[in-house]
Amino acid sequence: MHGTSYSIGRSPKRLEDHPLLTGAGRFAADIAFPGQVTMRVVRSPIAFGRILDIDTRAALDCPGVLAVWTAADLTELPPIDFRMTRVDGLEPYRQPVLARDFVRYVGEPVAVVFAEDAYAAEDAADLVFCEIDDLAPRLDPLDEPGAFAPGKDAGLRTEPAVLRKGYGDVEAAFAAAHAVVELDVAIGRHSGVPMETRGAVAILDPDTDILTLHGAAKVVHYNRDAIARMLGREPDLLQLSESHVGGGFGIRGEIYPEDVLVCAAALRLRRPVRWIEDRREHLMAANHSRDQRHRMRAAVDARGFILGLDVCFFTDQGAYIRTHGATVSDLAAALLPGPYIVPAYRVEGRIRLTNKTPCGTYRAPGRYETTFARERLIDAIARRLGLDPVAVRRVNLIPETSMPFDRGIDALGTHVVYDSGKYRDLLDRTLDHLGYPALKADLAARRAGGEAVGLGLAVFVEKSGLGPRDLARVNLGPDGAIRIVTGACSIGQGVETAMAQICAETLQVPIARMAVIHGQTREIPIGFGAFASRVTVMTGSAVKLASEDLLGRARVVAGRLLQAEPALLTYRDGAFHHSETAASVDLAGIAAQSGEGLTGEGLFETSHMNYPYGVHVAQVRIDRETCGVTVERYLVAYDIGRAVNPMLVEGQIVGAAVQGIGGALLEEFVYDADGQPLATSFADYLMPTSREAPPIEVLLREDAPSPLNPLGVKGAGEGGLTAAGAAIASAVDDALGHPGLVTRLPITPLALHEALTASAKR
Amino acid sequence: MNDRLAITLNVNGQSYPVTVEPRKSLADALREDCGLTGTHLGCEHGVCGACTVIVDGRPVRSCLMFAVQAEGLAVCTVEGLAEGEALHPLQRHFWEQHGLQCGFCTPGFLMLAAGAFEADPTIDEAEMIDVLSSNLCRCTGYQNIAKAVSLALQDMRAGV
Ligand code: FES
Ligand code: FES
Repeated sequence: MHGTSYSIGRSPKRLEDHPLLTGAGRFAADIAFPGQVTMRVVRSPIAFGRILDIDTRAALDCPGVLAVWTAADLTELPPIDFRMTRVDGLEPYRQPVLARDFVRYVGEPVAVVFAEDAYAAEDAADLVFCEIDDLAPRLDPLDEPGAFAPGKDAGLRTEPAVLRKGYGDVEAAFAAAHAVVELDVAIGRHSGVPMETRGAVAILDPDTDILTLHGAAKVVHYNRDAIARMLGREPDLLQLSESHVGGGFGIRGEIYPEDVLVCAAALRLRRPVRWIEDRREHLMAANHSRDQRHRMRAAVDARGFILGLDVCFFTDQGAYIRTHGATVSDLAAALLPGPYIVPAYRVEGRIRLTNKTPCGTYRAPGRYETTFARERLIDAIARRLGLDPVAVRRVNLIPETSMPFDRGIDALGTHVVYDSGKYRDLLDRTLDHLGYPALKADLAARRAGGEAVGLGLAVFVEKSGLGPRDLARVNLGPDGAIRIVTGACSIGQGVETAMAQICAETLQVPIARMAVIHGQTREIPIGFGAFASRVTVMTGSAVKLASEDLLGRARVVAGRLLQAEPALLTYRDGAFHHSETAASVDLAGIAAQSGEGLTGEGLFETSHMNYPYGVHVAQVRIDRETCGVTVERYLVAYDIGRAVNPMLVEGQIVGAAVQGIGGALLEEFVYDADGQPLATSFADYLMPTSREAPPIEVLLREDAPSPLNPLGVKGAGEGGLTAAGAAIASAVDDALGHPGLVTRLPITPLALHEALTASAKR
Repeated sequence: MNDRLAITLNVNGQSYPVTVEPRKSLADALREDCGLTGTHLGCEHGVCGACTVIVDGRPVRSCLMFAVQAEGLAVCTVEGLAEGEALHPLQRHFWEQHGLQCGFCTPGFLMLAAGAFEADPTIDEAEMIDVLSSNLCRCTGYQNIAKAVSLALQDMRAGV
């Protein structure tokens, strides 16, 4: 075959679009049950303080109010546990579902109101009065660590953990250095901010005692087990169900207090309970991310080759350690060296708590931050030695002959081994694509004419396909319909279409009659969900194995029907053919003869991640008066080994790139001196609109397939974002003829103006 | 504040008698009282445009309008965009150009573009692309939305 419009490498229209185009989608807020109760969360108005009293009487007297709870009503509920990257000693810093003893950030849930409708619930929530003894909030993660629970537990500090990793002889590298280059950079606090806010609807079936949580996403199997544990229920008596999800980006689908609260309430009130977040809540309650400060020292030789790298970074984790544990810092520490050889490396990642919204992962966690830091450092090395930044990168890139490349470090409990890559080749292709020398000359001419225009380039390695395993079943029903059951989740990335294409590649039948199931704990016992760019790699490989298993079973039935040795039949275009008699039977015919139909099963396991890689190039223009930065042109070159559906891959890359540009230029959760969040609406938290989004060019390559899975694929979800901050910073430096100017993201007009003024004074 | 009013909303050519508090937004009334959940709420403060519907021939943010203000006006939501089975040119091109990923912003963009065209059938491509900057999408980076809208504009002008 392999030229049909739906096979791997082609771009058929998506299976999932029709309901979404006609208003028939079912997002969390679209799920409603008769008799449902609305939950409204009362949130702390204060960044840090001791709770003296929470007065709920006035709220309870409101018409339509059924109950108001505080932590005192929920003493049996434990804090929310870690899903990933558990590090010793972090337990005391987990978030309770409702604030206990202290409030620790503006927006922290302190009470919940249950009422007959949303308007009544909001009215009543306004009347809950929290008496809080204010304490001085901790807002700068670089301050000396202090007491986490002053006057209560002196042993708990605001630096709950320090991660240390490294390899090689760093001291020797510095002793032998031609030069030592130091740099201090910061990445601001921003996050995924999907267009759909969070939502959770819980309903108890009194006959079966099964509680179902709707509005779930991302990691439904893990979350089912974790919530069941918190509620003291058998996992079998809890189901999680994902419907449409309006964007994930890492933040959606983790367990938050509200998910647990609606479940607990549905059990106690014996009525369906619904909570839909509003945008203001979202911006102060859902995970923030990024927010790191890096202090780097590089020992280099005369060519700019890094002999040794010594890094200390601080992660402002916010008020509690949520489900991700130490994930972001762990990834940052392990992946900071990126595409470069770096023979000796030492890193210390200090996790610090402040009185801000707690943090988790956001698309390309740890990589967006460290790519900015590392690529700024490479530019600084080039500047210091008077070398071309591209040449310095080339000298440091890991050569193809060193693949697979063992970094000698762990990330997320797996050993970091870059599986395949042609880094230098991709860099050359990128420069060719741009017509680099001519483009540089053109920009120089524009600068000579008075314009502030410049070009920036950054190289990166991503990671994808986190294991440990995934299970898929492909069922051929008696009517010939194909049902692909996965443990994956869909957050809008096109999972259904991609899985159907992988199945179609093996079964050689169109995808139109395929149904792809995801995000339903009752359908399949194992599922690891959708994060870490893992679905196409892990679930996709399982679907391929399941499709092959199904085809093997179908072959046996076909042999019986065609009275031939199964192994002698040829399979073509969805049917088995007898080579001698010319008789044939297609899958539908086989299904009709198999009673219940046939099911194939595939389990794919891996202990290693794989590593896509790429280059970003940004061309910017700066208005010297306003210090506004306009991105004129943007290129993402990205090698993902093999693209199942290039249209979807490009969609992922373009969307991610615009998010990356947002984080580089616009988006930031700013706090005032009292810890009050200043970005609590879309008027203050600025995301790119179509006006700020430049045309994004995608140079999609399949030069280095992954040897670690049967499809050769690597994840495509994050690399569009990874180097955006780095490339834009470099372009801004270039435009202003001021290498090293940008040391902090986002590059807002105000920040740029201050940087220019400060450097003029120096 | 809690005195409810009985009004009739005219949505997609159909009458919906509803009883609502005066403070209820048009978006909430469409979603809860008319059962038309295709209109989404992304911010409820007038910035994201996910709630865009067409009221009397113009795109309107239904989170910023009270349901009672819509009485007597013709409201069109995404559910009314297709003609039976036949998708509207905007829907068709969004599908073909991969103009949606999660699809949450999609009804707002569709109604924004359809409403802009309805308000001014002579609108040119550049003006149309400019109009798109009034809505937010977090998934697509807008590139394919703009492509889809440009192609649909040609079809809408040609009446196909
Ligand atoms: S929900 Fe109306 S503009 Fe955002
Ligand atoms: S497609 Fe997800 S917000 Fe636009």
